[in-house]
Amino acid sequence: MKHLLKLMQFSLLVTLLGALLNPAVAATTSAKDSAKPATSKATAPEPVYQYSTRPPAIAGGTNPFNRLLKVAKVPHQPPSNDEIHDPTNQGSTILQPPLEAYDGLPQTESGLGNGVDWVKALDDGHLKPRWERTDPTAEPMVMDMNIVRVPKSSMPDVVFPHRQHTLWLACSNCHPDIFIPRRGANQINMAAIVLGQKCGVCHGKVSFPVSECKRCHSQPKKVAVNGGGPN
Amino acid sequence: MPSLIRPTFIGRMLFVWSLIIVAFFVDPAPAMAEYGDVVINNYSDAAGMRPVVFPHWFHRIRFRCKVCHADLGFKFKAGGNDINMYKIIEGKFCGACHNGKIAWSVKNCIICHSGKPGTPIQIHESTQQELAVPTGFLTK
Repeated sequence: MKHLLKLMQFSLLVTLLGALLNPAVAATTSAKDSAKPATSKATAPEPVYQYSTRPPAIAGGTNPFNRLLKVAKVPHQPPSNDEIHDPTNQGSTILQPPLEAYDGLPQTESGLGNGVDWVKALDDGHLKPRWERTDPTAEPMVMDMNIVRVPKSSMPDVVFPHRQHTLWLACSNCHPDIFIPRRGANQINMAAIVLGQKCGVCHGKVSFPVSECKRCHSQPKKVAVNGGGPN
Repeated sequence: MPSLIRPTFIGRMLFVWSLIIVAFFVDPAPAMAEYGDVVINNYSDAAGMRPVVFPHWFHRIRFRCKVCHADLGFKFKAGGNDINMYKIIEGKFCGACHNGKIAWSVKNCIICHSGKPGTPIQIHESTQQELAVPTGFLTK
């Protein structure tokens, strides 16, 4: 298949070059109807600069907002084409491509990360991942308790939902190594998270990335913002 | 001035074919692996095996995080678990499931050891990776 494609490309290139380099073809075609456009061009005034009416080539406008200086990527590539797996390895082609697995799963608005709303997929019953390795009927011990954290900055308050986390994780995954289970005992800041500590142990690696600010900073501030000082 | 691209049949064909040819040759963007894919290369390269690529997304569809990260003792750190084939065959780490009973056995070497040789340990697409490019990633 690959060879056939290459052959097709090559033949196309050859025909194109042949047509370009053949002056007879170009001359005859230009001679045939050179009269009509030539007269219309002659009467036209000196061209003034015209703003393009075409849609911008880059999505998001001619000046897209790209504060992270990210290179456009093609996400969810099959393992044989994802730059990490070795395409010469036979095992790479055995693996399931991600998009095939995501078929039917709810998507997030931003499409960041896997682009899958994993918790919604659980809630809606699209997924039934095992809680115990060998027992498909075991159910997680879900704890429904929200913790509101008030950031020092003007960002909206953070609502930490225990429910969504205990659907996936055991208490011992976070407590007490990552978060001390006591009010006021944990100093959390975005720098630490971005560097892979605290929430960043999972968020930004496997769970939804930290660029989805609003999913954590989800509750409007109750007190007036005082210029970033302590509330 | 006569141009080659004219509303003639040949002109149109030339335009269309050139677009098609350009589309074949231009690589629009780099292809990237899935978010959360972990490359584990503690011993593989030195042992002459391809590094392991662990597809996180594939496993979280089938198991909750707790199964591996609490029950099986996988630490939340790429390359931070001292995994080797002896431990796997003894039923630790990957071997807890990849034993031919819950999932296919360790005899299928190339399904795990499927990374490009020399790929450094990483969590693919992670925020940290975007901040600090792993050593040797750009020089290859």
